Amino acid sequence: MTTEKDKEHKVGVYVCHCGSNIAGVVDVEDVRDFAAKDLEGRGVVVSRDYKFMCSSLGQELIEKDIEELDLDRVVVAACSPHLHEKTFRNACSKGGLNPYLCELVSIREQVSWVTTDKGQATEKAKAMVSGGVERVLQNDPLEPLSVPIHPATLVVGGGIAGIQAALEIADSGFPVIMVEREPSIGGHMAQFDKTFPTLDCAACILTPKMVDVGGHQNITMHTWSEVVRVDGYVGNFTVTIKKKPRYIDEDLCTGCGICTDKCPKKIIDEVFEAGLGYRKAVYTPFPQAVPKYPVIDYDNCIYFQKGTCKACEKFCPTEAIDFNQEDEYITIQVGNIILATGYDLFDARRVTQYGYGRLANVFTSLEFERLSNAAGPTNGEIVLRDGVTQPSSVGIIHCVGSRDRNYNNYCSVICCMQGLKFAHLVKERTGATVYNFYIDMRTAYKAYDEFYQRVLEEGTLFVRGKVAEVTDAARLPGEEGKLIIQTEDTLAGKQRRIPVDMVILSSGLEPRHDAYDVAKLFGIACSSDGWFTEKHPKLDPVATMTEGIFIAGVAQGPKDIPTSVAQGAAAAARVLGRIQQGEIELEPVRASVDQNKCSGCRICNTLCPFNAILFHEDRMVSEINPALCQGCGTCVAACPAGAISGTGFSNDQIMSQIEGLLMLNVAPVGGAV
Amino acid sequence: MTDQFEPVIIGFTCNWCSYRAADLAGTARVKYPPNVRLIRLMCSGRLDPTFVLKALSSGADGVMITGCHPGECHYLEQNYKALRRYLLLRRTLKQMGIEPERVKLVWASAAEGVHLAKEITTLVEEIRALGPLQWPTSITGNGKKAFLEGSSVKEAVA
Repeated sequence: MTTEKDKEHKVGVYVCHCGSNIAGVVDVEDVRDFAAKDLEGRGVVVSRDYKFMCSSLGQELIEKDIEELDLDRVVVAACSPHLHEKTFRNACSKGGLNPYLCELVSIREQVSWVTTDKGQATEKAKAMVSGGVERVLQNDPLEPLSVPIHPATLVVGGGIAGIQAALEIADSGFPVIMVEREPSIGGHMAQFDKTFPTLDCAACILTPKMVDVGGHQNITMHTWSEVVRVDGYVGNFTVTIKKKPRYIDEDLCTGCGICTDKCPKKIIDEVFEAGLGYRKAVYTPFPQAVPKYPVIDYDNCIYFQKGTCKACEKFCPTEAIDFNQEDEYITIQVGNIILATGYDLFDARRVTQYGYGRLANVFTSLEFERLSNAAGPTNGEIVLRDGVTQPSSVGIIHCVGSRDRNYNNYCSVICCMQGLKFAHLVKERTGATVYNFYIDMRTAYKAYDEFYQRVLEEGTLFVRGKVAEVTDAARLPGEEGKLIIQTEDTLAGKQRRIPVDMVILSSGLEPRHDAYDVAKLFGIACSSDGWFTEKHPKLDPVATMTEGIFIAGVAQGPKDIPTSVAQGAAAAARVLGRIQQGEIELEPVRASVDQNKCSGCRICNTLCPFNAILFHEDRMVSEINPALCQGCGTCVAACPAGAISGTGFSNDQIMSQIEGLLMLNVAPVGGAV
Repeated sequence: MTDQFEPVIIGFTCNWCSYRAADLAGTARVKYPPNVRLIRLMCSGRLDPTFVLKALSSGADGVMITGCHPGECHYLEQNYKALRRYLLLRRTLKQMGIEPERVKLVWASAAEGVHLAKEITTLVEEIRALGPLQWPTSITGNGKKAFLEGSSVKEAVA
């Protein structure tokens, strides 16, 4: 089925060795010769192999051939297009060829890395090259779409990662809108006492940044708010934010705190104080909260529940209390979005054998953070649940909910250092005997292992083994009234029972309970664990597969504060680059309707989720708005008249690729080819 | 060297999920049989059922259609359209006298390289068990591949 049109083409085929990554399994010379001989009739005029096609020398090879041999199509058999498509398209551009006349065939990810038999791998690589050549013959020269970038950025999540990202962008002179679900920004870091390994006071280093965000002329904060809808695409998102009612008029409130003082209702604070302290029904989560405005807790407010009280209203000196506030929806325009939504702490109740929630003196890591925090419910006194007794012995259990196939397979990264920090604080403030129960000690990164050595030298005891049980059932003398930690000591090679007064569970990190919903809302993906998926795990850790949506902090995977800050700044840098450019080039993958062929059946009209298809009643034809079209191609596939075509993935391209791929059979196992 | 039947299978992948799952399977060096050759589409919603018929008529013994899990489509809901077409296509194949099991729909997210490799392995075994695709003589008249031959397909679609 060679047509005259095909014969006119001059195709160059380039087979990459990728060192031994491809050449170790695929006979690249054989693939090269196959393209040169068997595909000569399809327009292949040159076929080469090279050690690293992506190197500058490899690229120059292509550029030179385009110039000297007048190539008008290029096929590169190398790695996934998601890695190097841009590289080779640029090489084609430099050589004077339209970049979209280049096809990348993934013989590394789809052949050499996944196939055991060399003969079979080589045959598959040949078939794929044949498919690539057939497809590229049908490619049309295209121009990238240029989209303007709105200069504002949405940052979702006001923890340390989001704060860093917001400040970087705002300090560069561009507007930022920050949305935070809780009444104050600050995130988990605001709850901590000290930060490892430097033992900086968390509040002392965090609150100045929070204040910066609150007072920044380029940052608009929406706390006690959530994003409920996202429309549009990179450069031009329309985001709907739901502002939950504070029942406080922010324009009138001075943050004096009289309402909180006068509120007669006390509730256990399950969020900020981790259940160890109380708050009022009208409250700010903590004294340094940003913004300073309190929130009335609808479910616990006596007025809302019983109809009378209004003590806060009576005493408010500026008449800022407004019981009539309702949900408010606001719509904003932004060019890029950074998601820094953080994590949930692993619920230690799930590990029933450790007794959390059942044995009073078993604490979670967050509870201990509040216990040891000078601004916490005990003013920093490390005491048992009775509120007075200092422990004389403390056991810290690592890897609770992490590295355990019953809960989460992954390592939560921070728990070892967190456990060491707790050990130091307990030792320093109570002089108690401290045991750390660990599986492996993981203290990578700057100054972390030095901290471990310091804690060792302070006399903290380390038992290597996974704790089987924490129990209050005393069996041996000296165990009465204690919590007994039953564990295997893998270094001593025996079972041990260690009685302690207090147990701290170094709980792991989990994705937010609603991470999937958030991912769906913003059109990004989650890994099987539930963390947001980055564009590339090593080389593009803050971008996502959706243009214009970036991720930072623990939402992407467990990490410590320095790394969260670095990611926040990295995401900001990516966004700033875009804003500075003013516009972004997008893949010209779009659908269009041939109005002469359109029969006006309107089948396509209802298929488009982006409402990109208009129907002209007067002419009875459909038309696609290229600004709204995202290029999925569903309408192309559905048009019964074949009036809709899709650039980049046309019927001709796909049909031809099918034929090319099927040119060769599958080689038998072990068959010499 | 064995002389077991080696089926040829064409796989349609979504740029956002299953194609990246294939990338991930590669990066993780997960091994699977070489019988499946993948074509990248922007979305499973791009899958025109004629692509499947074209593949089968051009020599493929089976076809794998892959897309994002329901509710996770990059284009919001187009994978549901792929599902609709797939179910209809299977009925059509059955009516044509072709085993509908030769065409399989698989959901695979970008994180599911191992899952995709497993599905490919399973499908290759299933198609191997079915044997080479025999076009019913009522359609082909005098042999395989006569139906939808060559460029006439393009016209039918275009």
